This record gives sequence, C-alpha cells and structure tokens, in this order.
Amino acid sequence: MSPRTLFEKVWDAHVVRPETAETPAVLYIDLHLVHEVTSPQAFSVLREQRLPVRRSDRTVATMDHSTPTLPRRADGTLPWADAQAEAQVSKLARNCQEFGVELHALGSSTQGIVHVVGPELGLTQPGMTVVCGDSHTATHGAFGALAFGIGTSEVGHVLATQCLLQRKPKTLAVRVEGALGPGVTAKDLVLAIIAKLGVGGGTGHVIEYLGPAIRALSMEARMTLCNMSIEAGARAGMVAPDEVTFAWLKGRPRAPRGEAWEKAVAAWRQLPSDEGARYDREVAIDASAIAPMITWGTNPGMAIPVTGTVPAPAEADAADRATLESALRYMGLTPGKPILGQPIDVVFIGSCTNSRIEDLRAAAAVMKGRKVKVRSLVVPGSVEVKKQAEAEGLDRVFREAGAEWREAGCSMCIAMNGDRIERGQYCVSTSNRNFEGRQGAGGRTLLASPATAAAAAVAGAVADPRQMGAA
Amino acid sequence: MEPLRTIESRTVVLPSANIDTDQIIPARFLKVTDKQGLGKALFADWRYDGEGKPRPDFVLNRPEAAGAKVLVAGDNFGCGSSREHAPWALVDAGFRAVISTKIADIFRNNALKNGLVPVVVDAATHARLLAEPGAAVRIDVEAQTLRLPEGAEARFPLDAFSRYCLLNGVDELGFLLSQRPAIDAFESRR
Ligand code: SF4
Repeated sequence: MSPRTLFEKVWDAHVVRPETAETPAVLYIDLHLVHEVTSPQAFSVLREQRLPVRRSDRTVATMDHSTPTLPRRADGTLPWADAQAEAQVSKLARNCQEFGVELHALGSSTQGIVHVVGPELGLTQPGMTVVCGDSHTATHGAFGALAFGIGTSEVGHVLATQCLLQRKPKTLAVRVEGALGPGVTAKDLVLAIIAKLGVGGGTGHVIEYLGPAIRALSMEARMTLCNMSIEAGARAGMVAPDEVTFAWLKGRPRAPRGEAWEKAVAAWRQLPSDEGARYDREVAIDASAIAPMITWGTNPGMAIPVTGTVPAPAEADAADRATLESALRYMGLTPGKPILGQPIDVVFIGSCTNSRIEDLRAAAAVMKGRKVKVRSLVVPGSVEVKKQAEAEGLDRVFREAGAEWREAGCSMCIAMNGDRIERGQYCVSTSNRNFEGRQGAGGRTLLASPATAAAAAVAGAVADPRQMGAA
Repeated sequence: MEPLRTIESRTVVLPSANIDTDQIIPARFLKVTDKQGLGKALFADWRYDGEGKPRPDFVLNRPEAAGAKVLVAGDNFGCGSSREHAPWALVDAGFRAVISTKIADIFRNNALKNGLVPVVVDAATHARLLAEPGAAVRIDVEAQTLRLPEGAEARFPLDAFSRYCLLNGVDELGFLLSQRPAIDAFESRR
C-alpha cells in the first residue's frame, strides 16, 4: 500500500460505503457528542419519524452553552439568563431520557464544556471519528482522532444512523519547526498560524500539525491548537498520537484497561503518517520566531504580536482595505499605534480553547501576589478542572487577586448564559472568536493566551506576559 | 424539502468579507428549540440599533430588498460556528441562494440541507455582482449556472448528490437510512 497520512488512515478505517461520482462516502462515527443548543431540532426529527438513537452507547451529552456559571441562589434556584435558556437545558435532559442518551447534567461531577469533558473522561481516543454539533469539535483531533463540527441536520443523521455523508476533504500539513520561546504558548502558535493562513485559508482541508514544536506540546496545548483549526476555515486539525497522548489517556475513566489498553496502544502506534505520505498542501512556520499574540480586529486571523502595532489600512491592497477599515472602526483602535498599553475593561479566562488545568496554572502564575485592575472572570472548563484547580489552590490565587472564580461552562465565550461584556467594552479573552458582538452586542474582543490575559488583567491594559514572569 | 430547480430574483448585496455566523445570527437567538421564525433575527446586530429599532441605511431594511431571494456577500461567507440557525434564518427571511467567492464548509453543508444554494463564483463575476446591487439574476440548479442581467453566464460547482437532493427535494436522512444493511455489516465487521 502506498504511504498514507494520519487522516487517510482514520478516514479509510471508517468508510462504510466509498464515495462515487454520484454519492458521497458513508462515514461511520465512533463518538457523537451532544449539547443543548444544536440538538433539540434533531431529536424532534427522530420523534417525527419514529426513529430510535441507533447507538446510544456512542452518544454522550453535556450541558454547557446556556448554563449559569454562578452558584445556586440561597433559595436553591439557579441564576438562569432567561426562561429560554432554562427551557433549552431541560429539553436536553428530557431528550436524553427519552432516547436513552448518557447525560453529564448540570450539577453532576462530570459536567463541563463538551470539548473539555470528552477528552477528560477518556471518551476521545486516537483513530476515532468524533463529531458534535459544534465547530470546535476539532479540539479532539489533538488525540489523532478525525473530529469535526456538524450542523443540526447532521446531528439527526448521526443519531439515527451513526453515519454521515461526506466527501473526502483535502489535507494540509502545517510543519512547525524550532521551539516556542518562554511565555509563548500553543494559543500564540495557533493565532500565528491563522494569521498566516487567513480565516478562509484552510477551507476544504483537514490540517495535520507536524514537526518538533508540536511533539514538544502537552495534550492540553495540542487541544488548544487543534481547537482553533476551524478559525482558519479547516474542517479538522490533527496531531499524531505519541507517548504524550498515551500517558495522558491512561487510567481515564473510559479509556481501555489492562490487556485492552495494550492492544489499543499497539494499534494507535500505527496511526502516524507514513514516511513519504503526500499532502495536498504544505506550509511551514518557525516556532522560535513567534511572540505572544493578540488580535486587534474582528476575526481570529487579525492577530499581531503583543509588541506589534495596529495595522494601517493604507498599507493594505484595495480588496483588504475595506475589511481592515471596518474592523478598526468596530474595534475603535488607532492604526499604527502599539497595541501594548491599550486600556481594557474585562478579562475572560475560559472556553474550550483555554480552560484546562494548564491554562489556569499559567494564568495563576501571572496573577499570583498581584491584583487585577479590571473585571476578571475565570471559568474552568469542567467540574473536574475546577476541583483540580481548587486542590492546587489556584482558586485562592484568583480570588486574592480580585478575579471571579466561576462554575464550569462556556460562559463569556459565547455570552448565552448571561455572562457578557457591555457595548463598547474591551475584553481580553482566551476564547476563540473575536467576531463582532460574540461576547455581547457591541462588545470588543481581543483574543490572547491565558498568560497574556492574566497580564492584561493585572495591568488593566494590553500587556506582555513575559514582563510579568510568564514561563 | 421542496424541489428547487431555478431561482429568479434581484440581488441584495452585503459586500463585507468574512461574514461570520455570529453576524448572520447572533448567539442570543440560539436558545430556541425549533427552527421557525428565525428570519427576524437575521443579521440582527446590523439590522437593528441598540434599542432594537431598524437601521434605515442597512440594505435588508430598504424597500428594494423586499422579496429578494439571492444574497451576494463578500469573500469567504459563513465562517465560524456550525449553527444551522444561520441557513434557517436566511431561508426564513426568503433567501434561496448565497453567492460569494468562497463559502465556509460547515455553512455550505448546512445550507444544502435546507434548500439554500451555495453559489461560488469567480472573482470577476463576483466583482460585477458586488458593483450592481439589485441585479436581476437567474440560478439554474440543474445546469449549475448563474445568469447575469445581459445574459452572461457563470457556472458554479455543486456536488452531484447535493444537486440531486435539491432538484428532487430529497432529504439526505432517507438515503442514509436506506444504507442500514451496509452499516450493520460494517458494525459486525469491526
Ligand atoms: S466554549 Fe465557546 S467555542 Fe467552546 S463550545 Fe462553548 S461556546 Fe463553543
């Protein structure tokens, strides 16, 4: 057999029916993750057509987008954003019960953001196909799984048939040479990659991240990296599994055990791309040249080093000029001015991009012994992460610095649960999207790493985390 | 889904590049549990001001936009979230096709399942359409052509299966359900 890429191996192993000129491939899905926002209409289709969930053992639900991150009130009620949010969450609970789907409900010890909980439970494993009605499903590619976001119609397809109709995407190799410098993280790396590819640059492709800088990343960092593949337009991002992956997975509640573990690892070792495997496209990037990054505009590709200056539209070509001008107008930033020192109003540390234990450790390292100057929200990705952080005393660091320590959920990443910024406010956020109004109508988002966000909280302005001892 | 063969309409033009799904329908409108009535939330933050009053200068609020079925958007339309609420809102507002130079993967997949035709055209055709808001165009799904006012035609790509589904109003779920024997066999093989 000719040499194959990691993606091709996973794809080939899941083809139920190969694609032809007339029809797409029928692709088998190993793990289907479900949350409250994109599933209700899909369950309705099943009900209308009197269909069961074909593989409830491969379907796992959690509540995250619309859930409150403040604790229960004294009277025992939850501080819902509104009646609709509560109705959507309880609808998921009813749907899961009716269709026999495993649910990690609000209040349980395994609740959290769908892309944090899946890996944490050991549900996400190398070589799997993983889907969810959520574009950041790409996160799970960190394990060498083929993981991508689907719409609600497709959620219905997978619930009913455990399969999807798919045309085979193209492959894009992103080779990252060298090593990241001190205080420079996977978030900075991925922002630099998106800035290079452009927000539509990966359209139609699955990215495989390769090279020494990728091998050196922890699993948390690989998840951050793969998570934002969609922000370059890519269907999915993947990192080949290795010893780091196996060590992280071993002993997780749903990971194989004993002999089954040994067998699984032996199979997973066959997954990395073969020597000489071909990609449809390749790009290279030097990790050592990357500084902590921050976005200045209204899409994740509009990123610069924290030490850089806000771009001037006059220097762009005509096609880009209008886009740049409108982004600058929305953001209220001055072209040509350094971004460092830009005053801010809010800091958000959380989201499926950066709410894992390592992210919280990085933020705490900067906040330790300091005070925040602006409203700062720290939202762990899952109840499990919250427990771990509290065991390490990170919650105390945040509280003593003056930050709010919240319950697990998506929170201010998408502002559906009542956590949001106000019109005109600037928020340095560790989430993944700086689209207009994403964190609240009229709000302005600057995306950055947890260390950079923590530094901004302490300074009350955009700051360089390396000046505050970020490692 | 109703079969869809041709679309004839004047265009509405939104020239911004990279229009993302949070602009098409902001997240606060995603708390619904059905699909109907989302048209009023379409481009909500561009269409209405902070008090919820329509902004008279926004194209969709202008009288000439009434009844338009074809949206012409800047480069790279529909990036961002997987929310199918985006095509639901467009369809509910009367749109049947979106024209751009590039359309994001998940948005395209979602659009096709809701009778919204993603029409990707070359830069020259796109530039013409951007420059001529309200142009009368005709989209032929079967022939995969877009006809411009003076009769010039541009072809657009459409996967054979998606084309078949659009033309016949076929729902993909039906096709997948017909694959059950193959799925059973696959499951017992592993
Ligand atoms: S944290 Fe944000 S991006 Fe991630 S799943 Fe939740 S809303 Fe989506």
